[in-house]
Amino acid sequence: MTLTCATQADGENLVDGLAAEGPAAAPRSNGELVFKAPWEGRAFGLALTLVDRGLFTLADLQAELIIAIAEWEALGQSNEEYEYYECWLVALERLVDRSTAVGLSDIDQRSEQYVARPHGHDHDHAHDHDHGH
Amino acid sequence: MTAQPHSGGRASAPIRTEALEALLTEKGLVNAGALDGLINRFVNDVGPMNGARVVARAWVDADFRERLLDDGTAAVGEFGFSGPQGEHIVVVPNDDKQHNVVVCTLCSCYPWPLLGLPPDWYKDPAYRSRIVREPRLVLSEMGLDLEDDINITVWDSSAENR
Repeated sequence: MTLTCATQADGENLVDGLAAEGPAAAPRSNGELVFKAPWEGRAFGLALTLVDRGLFTLADLQAELIIAIAEWEALGQSNEEYEYYECWLVALERLVDRSTAVGLSDIDQRSEQYVARPHGHDHDHAHDHDHGH
Repeated sequence: MTAQPHSGGRASAPIRTEALEALLTEKGLVNAGALDGLINRFVNDVGPMNGARVVARAWVDADFRERLLDDGTAAVGEFGFSGPQGEHIVVVPNDDKQHNVVVCTLCSCYPWPLLGLPPDWYKDPAYRSRIVREPRLVLSEMGLDLEDDINITVWDSSAENR
């Protein structure tokens, strides 16, 4: 089936005319924040960066995520709010442990150091840190 | 010893993520600027508006609609929407007698290049289990009341992939 030129032109306008903003705007973010907290975005981005670098595949990540989600569900903590990115992080840590020189114990140790930081420590992700070991 | 995942024995997720990023950066595997760029791309440049453009095109271009239903990945690729989680796009049409619902029962996988990252309700355990058992009721609760003579097919994307 062939469309007439007029219809095609109208169609062009319809598709290209989807406004970026305003009441007629195409939905951008499902009406909610893409990431509820900055760390969710970092955890997401870290995983994709390592996939890009070929350290593991998206399929590996998906398989670990399925396991982490199944573990969470098996705990039956119906009183605890489900946090998808907590599961994402569990999966990512295991893949990092398996695929890079960074191990789970390294992550534990560094996390403990950060927990022990003096209150009000102004931390910037972009900075290198010397925690004085 | 490693703290048990999913337990209160671990540092909080924000702290662990920060530690992970620092360690990976020190190993030269992650660059903060590149990471910022990647995250911004997902926050600002991909989302349901991409899928909306594809559907709108299918409404007005019968040839495209045919290509879209025949090979979703290729047709969506005509828009440049490709990349992670966009490798196997299958498009199913709704009509007066048929409504299609998609769920990933296992991991909330989602066509990122086309719809962005999944919204919370899509990842929710309740949606993932209930939409399979009682799709008409769940859709109704979400504001979509379908007549009884409309057939509902539930597609499990995790099952489709395996």
